[in-house]
Amino acid sequence: MSDLDATGLQRLPLHDLHVELGGKMVPFAGYEMPVQYAPGVMKEHLHTRAAAGLFDVSHMGQVILRPKGTMEALCLAFEALMPVDVLGLAVGRQRYGLFTNDQGGILDDLMFANRGDHLFVVVNAACKVADVAHMTDAMPGVEVIPIADRALLALQGPGAEAALERHLPGVAAMRFMDQAVIGEAWVSRSGYTGEDGYEISLPLAGAEAFARRLLAEPGVMPIGLGARDSLRLEAGLCLYGHDIDETTSPVEAGLTWAIQKARRAGGAREGGFPGAARTLRELAEGPERQRVGLRPDGRAPMREGTELFAPDGTPLGSVTSGGFGPSVNAPIAMGYVARHFATTGTPLEGEVRGKRLPVTVADLPFQPTTYKR
Amino acid sequence: MKFTKDHEWLRVEGDLVVVGITEHAATQLGDVVFVELPEPETMVAEGDEICVIESVKAASDILAPVDGEIVEVNDKLTDKPGLVNEDPTGAAWFFKMRIDDLSVLDQFMDEDEYQDLVG
Repeated sequence: MSDLDATGLQRLPLHDLHVELGGKMVPFAGYEMPVQYAPGVMKEHLHTRAAAGLFDVSHMGQVILRPKGTMEALCLAFEALMPVDVLGLAVGRQRYGLFTNDQGGILDDLMFANRGDHLFVVVNAACKVADVAHMTDAMPGVEVIPIADRALLALQGPGAEAALERHLPGVAAMRFMDQAVIGEAWVSRSGYTGEDGYEISLPLAGAEAFARRLLAEPGVMPIGLGARDSLRLEAGLCLYGHDIDETTSPVEAGLTWAIQKARRAGGAREGGFPGAARTLRELAEGPERQRVGLRPDGRAPMREGTELFAPDGTPLGSVTSGGFGPSVNAPIAMGYVARHFATTGTPLEGEVRGKRLPVTVADLPFQPTTYKR
Repeated sequence: MKFTKDHEWLRVEGDLVVVGITEHAATQLGDVVFVELPEPETMVAEGDEICVIESVKAASDILAPVDGEIVEVNDKLTDKPGLVNEDPTGAAWFFKMRIDDLSVLDQFMDEDEYQDLVG
């Protein structure tokens, strides 16, 4: 996407702007990324929920899938990689998807949008090379085109609509998960914070100037990766490589809402994706373990890797994401536990620095979402 | 005030030593969200991990800077861990220690030496 620095990390197209804004740059998924700016994670998080936060997510993979034959053939080929209804997605709409492997685990999670004569896909940075290879191998009738000449920004929070409408007229009329092309911008009304907001793909040439114009809007602040992580954790959203990976299935991860009726037992296009046997079995019988929300009873955060136990000492699983939720003003976590311990309100214990501390299974999300449906 | 290479400050108050973390350390940690303090009236040895600080980013320990007895802890930090960021060298002291010989503090850095270290 852009130049490598001395450490072999790639730089974001807006690198100089992040440095100018006081961003503390750290390595993430092969990129030098701003983890926070001067206000710090807590203030950046709270600001996003109160006003609007601008995130540079240009590290993520943007890919266009163009049919060599018909759009229908493209949609069906893409469906063969995911337990998701692609064919039924209307033009101008976006949907959440999951690549699965033959064991029913998750190779990556992604967003895809129907843009009439092609699909636009956004995948995780750490998986993008593998995803492009996977799609290219598995879909010979499809042109898989990685987009290297565009930045990706996210504007999130209650102030996002008014701020963006002044620069891209028309976005205010979009609903959650709509996708639109406005001039050179590709806009979706979605994000990774639980807030209303947008993701905006822009040609590299004008991206920095556009980001500066958004930052000049009242209430818009630059937000780093640290707050992006605490925002998505409060919203109960999975982080690939942590809460979901090749060993976790969509059903275990509680992502059954992403598996539409058409792909389930009795649906029009039942199964026919990698690992379908496991997914359909788990849909019918329930999974052995489940992703749950966790609220430590005390104030000590339970971080990723914290082992979880039943009150009688039986090992149940572990925390996959955990920390402090600035908006809920308490430690929060997500993790996997055996199914019989997955009911909200179930008392468990988590081992922190050698001590077993009480923690309770909680509903997700921790913070109500404010999507404009 | 004296400073350790572990980014703690030590201030003599009567026959006690008050211990906290430096502004540099607080900034590096980020927003502090949880503090676990030692029990008063416990004997500790230099290097013992006696407090835990959790920030939005990670957990870290505070080590006992010298041998001695913990005589008082700052319970305010339990309810208001954010004090560590607001006033690290004042209101956010962590504990007070009784030590045999205050001259052991001579080994630590003065303010200028510490500022050179953190540059």
